[in-house]
Amino acid sequence: MISLAGTMSDPRCVVHEKNKEYDVTRGTTLVKRGFAHMLKHGVVMDVTNLEQAQTAEDSGAVAVMVLEKLPYDIRKAGGVARTASLEIIEEILDHVTIPVMAKCRIGHTSEANVLDSINVDMIDESEVLTPADEERHIWKWDFVTPFVNGARNLGEALRRMEEGAAMIRIKGEPGTGNVAEAINHLKLVNNQIRWVKSIYESGDQQELIKTARELKVYYELVHETGKLGRLPVVNFAAGGIATPADAALMMNLGCDGVFVGSGVFKSKDPAERARSIVLAVTFHDNPSIVAEAQKMIGENKSMEGLEQLDLRMQERGTA
Amino acid sequence: MKELTVGIVGIQGDVEEHKRSLEHAFRDMDLNGNIRWIRSPKELVSIDGLIIPGGESTVISNILSSRQMFQPIKDLINKGLPVLGTCAGLIILAKKNYDKVVGEKEQPKLGVMNVTVERNFFGRQKESFEAELEIQKLGNKKFKGVFIRAPSIIEVGSDVQILSKLNDLAVAVQEGNIIGTTFHPELICDIRLHKYFLTTIISNQ
Repeated sequence: MISLAGTMSDPRCVVHEKNKEYDVTRGTTLVKRGFAHMLKHGVVMDVTNLEQAQTAEDSGAVAVMVLEKLPYDIRKAGGVARTASLEIIEEILDHVTIPVMAKCRIGHTSEANVLDSINVDMIDESEVLTPADEERHIWKWDFVTPFVNGARNLGEALRRMEEGAAMIRIKGEPGTGNVAEAINHLKLVNNQIRWVKSIYESGDQQELIKTARELKVYYELVHETGKLGRLPVVNFAAGGIATPADAALMMNLGCDGVFVGSGVFKSKDPAERARSIVLAVTFHDNPSIVAEAQKMIGENKSMEGLEQLDLRMQERGTA
Repeated sequence: MKELTVGIVGIQGDVEEHKRSLEHAFRDMDLNGNIRWIRSPKELVSIDGLIIPGGESTVISNILSSRQMFQPIKDLINKGLPVLGTCAGLIILAKKNYDKVVGEKEQPKLGVMNVTVERNFFGRQKESFEAELEIQKLGNKKFKGVFIRAPSIIEVGSDVQILSKLNDLAVAVQEGNIIGTTFHPELICDIRLHKYFLTTIISNQ
């Protein structure tokens, strides 16, 4: 059983049609959030070409995320980062069996429409690309394709759900090889959920609706979060994960899975690194298997981290 | 009533969703039940039933294979252990599987159920859907089938019973102690399929 809380009444994404004598319905919250539930305990890997996508698939990635450049290279290159070349996305769609996701710019409904029309399995409205609209996100209830969005705190996460996101990733600072920011945000979200849960359990409705107003999100989603004691949708961690131990830490902090951006293909041992991170996510609570995963890689082969940042991607599109 | 222990393969996928459905079914049937996550061969000891959840079949089967879990699971199923596989779980149980786009791919599998399964049969996520299914074993009330990048059962062996069809496609099948569905009963509140699986376990005791 999964949570369907916060579903818009009669959203445009729901399509009723006939499959011979059967009535079938596409684009429902159950089908969109359900897709995210199939990714749980898995690793989504950023890739920029078919070869990387196949390495990711063979190493046990649960899905691939196609970008023009890895976040680390976007930082280095500067300029405007947009959605990836469609030829590359389509080539990957034709050659891998696992789900294929792609990123569009925050608020860029037309980029999302393009990705939707070439049938990517999920769209990431992502702060890694240059935002097209700092104030307004895409109205995701119009899309049959499910969306994932980044969030740094509970309010952002629930606001993205309100706009129709079927999955959340708690964002760190992408392309840095440093998990510190992701850990900060994950712990903040965990604390905020504990706080909402305690209000819910106390039965204090006045306080619960006050909380909803503070978080700038409607009551039903805050109520559901308090009742479940977790986000109502699947919640992954992202940003700066570079080693199996990083991934295991995220899982032990209560995430449903992880996104690895530059961490795999900016390392000098991508196939082993990918396999080791997958192993560490499955066995995150077993230190001896995480150690086994950690032995599969060499720290001298990890991506180089970045410390001084001119660009704080996490601060994009937080309204 | 003896205590029942049902294992859920806890490698990847919607493990907690199956757990919740099972807990609900235990309560509904007034059973004394335990649920165990299975990630190593030693955790298979003295389970009464096993669920292989939905998720990505390539991920689940790779880790089952690298952790040497295929043979012990296969031995238990061949000895009559009741098993339920949903979507990815069914793909892993099937004798033969291939992908709609990529074709046949070397993918380790249990291969204990006499069916051929085509992966991603309906297409990508945009083609995922819900449909109200007739499953006679679960009574007259329709059962909501949630099909997510679902496979399809292309061929069934002579010993395989078809529990439900969508048009001319089998979507739920049973071969003795093995039950497989191409949809996800664990995503909805309706627990009749989990109760049916528990009944299979009890009659196997």
